[in-house]
Amino acid sequence: MQFGIFTVGDVTTDPTTGRTPTEHERIKATVEIAKKAEEIGLDVVAFGQHHNPPFSASSPTTTMGYVAAQTSKILLSTATTLITTTDPVRIAEDYAQLQHLADGRVDLMLGRGNTGPVYPWFGKDIRDGIALAVENYALLRRLWDEEVVTWDGKFRTPLQGFTSTPRPLDGVAPFVWHGSIRSPEIAEQAAYYGDGFFSNHIFWPASHTQQMVALYRRRFEHYGHGTADQAIVGLGGQVYMARNSQDAIAEFRPYFDVAPVYGHGPSLEDFMESTPLTVGSPQQVIERTLGFREYVGDYQRQLFLMDHAGLPLSSVLKQLDLLGNEVVPVLRKEFAALRGPGVPDAPTHESLLAARISESVPA
Amino acid sequence: MTRSIVVVSGGLSNPSSTRLLADQLATATDVALRGQGDAADLRVIELRELAHPLADHLLTGFPTGALAEAIEAVRHADGLIVVTPVFSASYSGLFKMFFDVLGPDLLRGKPVLLAATAGTARHSLVLEHALRPLFSYLRAITVPTAVFAATEDFGGARSADFSERIATAATELADLVVGSPRAVPEDPFDNVTPFDKLLKG
Repeated sequence: MQFGIFTVGDVTTDPTTGRTPTEHERIKATVEIAKKAEEIGLDVVAFGQHHNPPFSASSPTTTMGYVAAQTSKILLSTATTLITTTDPVRIAEDYAQLQHLADGRVDLMLGRGNTGPVYPWFGKDIRDGIALAVENYALLRRLWDEEVVTWDGKFRTPLQGFTSTPRPLDGVAPFVWHGSIRSPEIAEQAAYYGDGFFSNHIFWPASHTQQMVALYRRRFEHYGHGTADQAIVGLGGQVYMARNSQDAIAEFRPYFDVAPVYGHGPSLEDFMESTPLTVGSPQQVIERTLGFREYVGDYQRQLFLMDHAGLPLSSVLKQLDLLGNEVVPVLRKEFAALRGPGVPDAPTHESLLAARISESVPA
Repeated sequence: MTRSIVVVSGGLSNPSSTRLLADQLATATDVALRGQGDAADLRVIELRELAHPLADHLLTGFPTGALAEAIEAVRHADGLIVVTPVFSASYSGLFKMFFDVLGPDLLRGKPVLLAATAGTARHSLVLEHALRPLFSYLRAITVPTAVFAATEDFGGARSADFSERIATAATELADLVVGSPRAVPEDPFDNVTPFDKLLKG
């Protein structure tokens, strides 16, 4: 099982000091966080893509290339790559280029994006969100899997004899996860292709995640990619820790109360009860996280959100020490012990390449 | 057959004349359904008790606790009785919040009896100018007779007329409920659109 972090890249005022980081500071902090993630032994770090303030993360592959040069083991992913408003030709090119530079340490998670005006800024319409995700991904698949593509669709200019360059590393496209909170069409899409399905999970009740993952697993089996329990599932999580759970709550509450997305609404205690947010001791985080498999089954990837709502870099790095030293080692052991037989790991470049070679060798 | 009738009352005070009207409409609907050989399973939703969860829902995008239960009750209702006090020449903000978070399809095809209360009968057309368009937008089937109660209707010389309006509206609601197919909205997770169809656009 893979453990990692995902970052949104929001530039948010620290409510305890009133200080807002500059975009430059936030971008550099994101790199520090990613390097720290490798240092503490995490498997994955995922970056967001946004095209509006207060985010400073419009070009994930630029950040990922920079991080790839300064790390050696950690897998770089996205949370999410906007499949609706980004030209699929650019996605095919950018991520293949990144694959070569990072020696295959790359996969990506596709998402639609829910900020209305971003769509017209890129010549699209949010009402076409699902249709864009379906058509653009069908094209992206062909651009990676076929050398020469002739294509005609609804949402971009036709392609006549087009070759996307560079070709994917070793002829193996990056593994793709599809992310969605509540759209059954996206779970269906992930199942159809036999790709991974990632449930954001955070900020929402677990019932949404359970419903989406169950649908994805059922349809994954329907499309003949394996049994339902062999489907590739990833989950988000959101934690804030201190040795003593009362300290964790006292430290995080000022950030929680005014946070983007859920701030000014329910109490921290109510939100912890109704969503997977865990604020407490490392032991509480371990117990809560192990509980996720009770409603999604054995899964392959767990990403935590650690750096939003204006938490300063120094706090985030301390949180990562706790995550890396006290939480993840226990989770690795416990999840492995609980795991059912025949449950696969998340595909990596190495495993996809090995599968490709064994397929091409006659038995 | 037992018909599930959900009564949504937007009154803020206790006791509330909005709730008083809601109860009279509920009782009259129960009588009308019995007259047709059916029974009513009545459930009252007091919006006052849901004010905080409603504000939370607007901010977080999902319902919790009693609000989640109330929404489920509406989903499975065979008919609704909705009653709001008149605030600034329209339904109250709290009343609107509840219908804002239901989602666009939850009331589709459901019979809904509209009712409102105010201190004076001058506000009575709020039913036609504010409530009926709202429920038309939500694709509900509104009962032709809507019931308005000004303070004076609860007593005085014309209160017999008022009881008559309640009985008429309740009978119309009962007729629609008995005549409609059960309108429980489909769960998109049960009947997913196959991907081939999505690919064709």
